[in-house]
Amino acid sequence: MPRFPLLASLTRHRLTVLLLVVQVACTCAIACNVALMIAGRVASMRQSSGVAEEQLVMIDSTAMGRQDNPLARHQADLAALRAIPGVKAAAAVDALPFNGDNWSNGIATAPGSPAHLAATAFDGTPGELQTLGLQLVEGRDFRSDEYLPVDSGHDWAGIDRVSVVIVTRALARRLFPGRDPLGRSIYPGDHPVRIVGVVDHLLRPDLESGGDGNEDSTLFPMLPDTRDVTYVLRTAPALRGHVLKQAMRTLQRLDGERILDHARSFARLRADYFRHDRTMLGLLLAAALGLLLVTAVGIAGLASFWVQQRRRSIGIRRAVGATRRDIRRYFQAENALIVAGGIVLGSVLAYALNLALMTRYELPRLPWFYLPAGALALWGLGQLAVLGPALRAAAVPPVVATRAA
Amino acid sequence: MPAHYLALALRSLRHHRVLTALMILAIGLGIGASMTMITVLHAMSGDPLPGRSGRLYTPQLDPRPLSRGKPGRAVADDLPGSLTWPDAMALLRARRADRQAAMAPGIVAVRPGSTALHPFFAHGHYATADFFAMFGTPFRAGGGWSAADDDARARVVVLNAGLARRLFGDAPAVGRTLRLDDADFRVAGVLDDWHPQPAFYMPRNGHGQAFGEADQFFLPLATALDLKLAITGNFSCWGGGGDDRRSDHCTWVQFWTELDNPARARAYRDFLDAYWRDQQAHGRFPRPAQARLYGLVAWLDHEHLIPADLRLQLWLALGFLGVCMVNTVGLLLAKFLRRGGEIGVRRALGARRRDIFAQLGVESAAIGLAGGVLGLALAQLGLWSVRSRPDGYAQLAHMDTAMLFGTFALAVAASVLAGLLPAWRACRIAPALQLKAS
Repeated sequence: MPRFPLLASLTRHRLTVLLLVVQVACTCAIACNVALMIAGRVASMRQSSGVAEEQLVMIDSTAMGRQDNPLARHQADLAALRAIPGVKAAAAVDALPFNGDNWSNGIATAPGSPAHLAATAFDGTPGELQTLGLQLVEGRDFRSDEYLPVDSGHDWAGIDRVSVVIVTRALARRLFPGRDPLGRSIYPGDHPVRIVGVVDHLLRPDLESGGDGNEDSTLFPMLPDTRDVTYVLRTAPALRGHVLKQAMRTLQRLDGERILDHARSFARLRADYFRHDRTMLGLLLAAALGLLLVTAVGIAGLASFWVQQRRRSIGIRRAVGATRRDIRRYFQAENALIVAGGIVLGSVLAYALNLALMTRYELPRLPWFYLPAGALALWGLGQLAVLGPALRAAAVPPVVATRAA
Repeated sequence: MPAHYLALALRSLRHHRVLTALMILAIGLGIGASMTMITVLHAMSGDPLPGRSGRLYTPQLDPRPLSRGKPGRAVADDLPGSLTWPDAMALLRARRADRQAAMAPGIVAVRPGSTALHPFFAHGHYATADFFAMFGTPFRAGGGWSAADDDARARVVVLNAGLARRLFGDAPAVGRTLRLDDADFRVAGVLDDWHPQPAFYMPRNGHGQAFGEADQFFLPLATALDLKLAITGNFSCWGGGGDDRRSDHCTWVQFWTELDNPARARAYRDFLDAYWRDQQAHGRFPRPAQARLYGLVAWLDHEHLIPADLRLQLWLALGFLGVCMVNTVGLLLAKFLRRGGEIGVRRALGARRRDIFAQLGVESAAIGLAGGVLGLALAQLGLWSVRSRPDGYAQLAHMDTAMLFGTFALAVAASVLAGLLPAWRACRIAPALQLKAS
């Protein structure tokens, strides 16, 4: 393939070539960063919550009127809920992944020292671990004599009396890197609380984008005693709708004055939590595809112009012995060269754009492999777009050379 | 002559149908995406209280201890956004503004007496008496309450039209009794669907509450405190001693003042400054950040109410428009240069550069106009899809006349800009060279 004439012909269309290079560069820069955003959203949407998502349904219940003994009422409600056919386990809790009810405590690892981080407190009735389906990887579950009320009436003072805690593996690693967390004490309040167990995963009720503290969760043997509580039921996936309806009816029957809210399956809770991200994901995908489409169209349009413009020279080349394949490959090589120029410029632009987005929108740094991947995609797109015009060029018969332009 | 150029342009455009369609599509897509986002952001940055916002100010104090927050972070812009109860009450009692009110958002359980309606939660605001007069809330019936009611912790409530209709239907609501949580309230007034957007008087939080649903009820702040009604805003405490609402180490109260002229505003600033110094002399306000007084618009700017995702979408749309324009410039350039022979002949026959430029300019303007029309249609489609989103701001996404003209101006400007460079390049074609070459 003769390189020199190819470059020489490009210099005849300097401005047009420059525009195409700029377009490819901008597309490369924007598409790489959009791809990064898409990857970030998808990763955040696919995080495992740690609970048995396909088997859980829940209802928020808020009692009206004076509450003399909320613990007894929760007990009575739970007993009735467990009696519903199909319910494998039930618990009253004050927080769940994705439900937004986040009560966090600063956690210190020595008395009187400043808090390392803030961790969500998950409180619930005995059996919370089995009901949620949390995987205990070390240690043990709470014993029944360890449970005490949250004591919301006195500023959640239960946190200063509770003696044991179960933490997530991620939190244990953040608090005690490289050491065995079992038996060590943390200080969520003024008093030491001993770690007796470690669960595999448990996401917090609210996620931070790009934060590494999304699994800073602590489980305490504390019984919710506010007037609002969340009942979680575990059942077979196929029975979820039916169990939810029965549970609503049961709770309404026990106390008609209460407000029942957010009756839904965990799958629905997750979908609701990420609804906004899904919209954004759709928009980002549309933007990326639109960009690539427009660029492909631009490449194809320009290429077909050049083919028309050079019909005569193509004819001459064919007449002096060039094969169809030579002509086709000429246009393909020309396109590859232009797109390569665009990619080089686009890589610089992509990093510049990434830097700007990092400071303003907390986007992570562009991993290195995005650029070769983007380059390959754009290069392939360019070849695809130029294929039609190149084939048309190859079809120009040698006889054109003998005619007037 | 322009009519002739138009005819020429249309003929040329028809000649290259596919290419013309591609250029129009590119411009249309770019314009449509950009205008959708610009319209959404324009609607979100509107004035919530036209004619009144210029007189409304919010005082800001930062009572937090020095040690909070990450070190090295700029402290100047980092305000709690809310006041403590003692500070709010001190400013309220000082009565240095023409009107002033303290407020906080809350949620109560509404318990209709009738058996047909189950109890349900309603979102609203706890406020002091001046709230209604200061914000000029339109009353459909009845009125607000007095400062004496505040002091007496009176159990009165003002309903917004929606909640009144839900509870009482078309019957008059004023004077009726309503059970909220565990206390009976007398309905003092009904508002006429008051729903300023953005809800500037909301405390900040991460969920874009400024563009949420309208407040459903209003009741005296002192009454809410008395009955321990739930607060839904940011309740931020530091130090020990629990989260007692009346303590001086929890910020949760929003405070707004009405100051009728700039002189009054200056005087209020001085008063705030004096208050801050006095409190500092008594050992409070350890941070060097002074007391500030923000006008309504300045406060909205400070709070960055527009979600980051939306701003990102705007930049994305503009970037897309940019690529679409570069695309169109390239295609037009190739197209015009290909007509070098024709242009050469026209030049040789005496056409001036200016004439060539005008002829080609008309052609690119025609493309731009068509792209603009397509863009407008696509923007309407885009806004329709935005309105179907679950976010609170979605309902604001409508195009007003100004934005309609703006769209068109942008479309024409974009395409004329896109046509300028190719037309300029083409009109520089030397006639002799082209004639010789062909």
